[in-house]
Amino acid sequence: MSAEIVVTNAVKVFGSGAAGVPALQDITATVPEGQFLCLLGPSGCGKSTLLNAMAGFTPLSAGTISVGGRPVREPGPDRGMVFQEYALFPWMSVEDNIRFGLDVKGVPKAQAEATVARITDKLGLADFRTRYPKDLSGGMRQRVAIARILALDPPVMLMDEPFGALDALTRRTLQDELLRIWAEDRKTIVFVTHSIEEAIYLADRILVMTYRPGRIKRDVTVPMPRPRDPASAEFNAIKRELGQLVMEEQARFTDAELHAPAVD
Amino acid sequence: MTLSSFRGVLVPLGLLLLWEVLSRTGAVSPVVLPPPSAVAVKWWAGLQPALPYDPGQESYLSWLFSGEMPHDAVSSLGRVLAGFALGAGLAVPIGLMLGTSDGLYSLFNPLLQVLRPIPPIAYIPLAIVWFGLGNPPALFLIALGTFFPVLVNTIAGVRQVDSIYIRAARNLGAGRWTMFRRVILPAASPFVLAGMRIGIGTAFIVVIVAEMIAVSDGLGYRILEAREYMWSDKIIGGMLTIGILGLIIDGAMSRLNDHLLRWHRGLER
Repeated sequence: MSAEIVVTNAVKVFGSGAAGVPALQDITATVPEGQFLCLLGPSGCGKSTLLNAMAGFTPLSAGTISVGGRPVREPGPDRGMVFQEYALFPWMSVEDNIRFGLDVKGVPKAQAEATVARITDKLGLADFRTRYPKDLSGGMRQRVAIARILALDPPVMLMDEPFGALDALTRRTLQDELLRIWAEDRKTIVFVTHSIEEAIYLADRILVMTYRPGRIKRDVTVPMPRPRDPASAEFNAIKRELGQLVMEEQARFTDAELHAPAVD
Repeated sequence: MTLSSFRGVLVPLGLLLLWEVLSRTGAVSPVVLPPPSAVAVKWWAGLQPALPYDPGQESYLSWLFSGEMPHDAVSSLGRVLAGFALGAGLAVPIGLMLGTSDGLYSLFNPLLQVLRPIPPIAYIPLAIVWFGLGNPPALFLIALGTFFPVLVNTIAGVRQVDSIYIRAARNLGAGRWTMFRRVILPAASPFVLAGMRIGIGTAFIVVIVAEMIAVSDGLGYRILEAREYMWSDKIIGGMLTIGILGLIIDGAMSRLNDHLLRWHRGLER
């Protein structure tokens, strides 16, 4: 199954009439199969809205999104989603969380067990299989959430600020882990973040989005080979350029927030 | 025994002693307040089997519980459990339906809000009119006492399920039935169990009242009967047994909760 994501003239307005909030305005973009794409922008730029539309959680007001040639109409396991809040099922052990999608799919028991064993090994979760999420740190929880998606081997992974709540060191570890996983099976990844450094560290390509309504302000390809050194001159040059773009939008966001109650 | 736990028994022991002295010296009439020693003797006597053990007649266990008080306690407990099973058994599925369907909820919630504040005790006259005397009205009242707390909590539990779980499950491909069984139900279970704990507490209150009115055994019946003979020691002994039974029921419920909700964050942190 091909995993190209095609967004065509996507528009999203929350609410209606004069009170309607335009979240996305005429977004058109193609994410080629196997690309690691970051959506970057301040709060309220519609990056999460676009991701949720790709996931099938948020219906567009106009325009279309297709994944692998099929229009997105509802959520599905071909587009595995990783949430910032982990969204693990707290009543299930780590292994049951990872097995959930396989159960739903009707994968035979032995095969599911083999998959769970392989994935838990891959993500360093083998010793935590019978633990409950409440007993895990934030970093470990997010590993489980990623494992839960990987178990279904989706062609596309959608990640909504997945490392936003983690401390800097754990964050870097999981970024490296994600890059390692991505290098192995080259899934198409759309990764939402408001961290400029995170975007440059991870992505092949970065879409900088504007504050409300969300449009694509700049389409940037990151030319650096991996692993990337955040202290290098090249890295910092990109960071400076992107920083300027993002801060312009951040200023618009701050301005709007000071003059009207925030919606996002 | 540590110092602090010793301090904890100091006040009850002192009060018991004062009570004993007041009753023994005749400062308070033993009918009003019999000495605790007399209560203890009466309580212990109530615990004993009426007849000597005869292996040919019955099993040892049933002989052990053949005394008046164990018999009453078993009757009361049986009524609580049966009424609770009936009330909760109806409340949970109805609550799940009302909680998941906005249409049903808006249809039934007003009625629910009108009926809910009526204390189950207020149904006693109607229960007797409908069911006469005996176990049926008692079970009806106990089931009613259980029904509303369990129902209200189940509805609240389903309605408060965090949408992030729903989104995650849909993303993983879950259909309606899987969603209900493996996501909504467990996510709501802390509320449901909290409702059950309140419900069984209410059931225990109602059983005592119901027994005073509708039936001729059980702990509630026994202490009211003792009043007719002015057996204050038996009344207080019966109250003691009621307290112990209540403690056992709540303790069992609490342990069941802890076990079923061992995944729940609130328990440890």
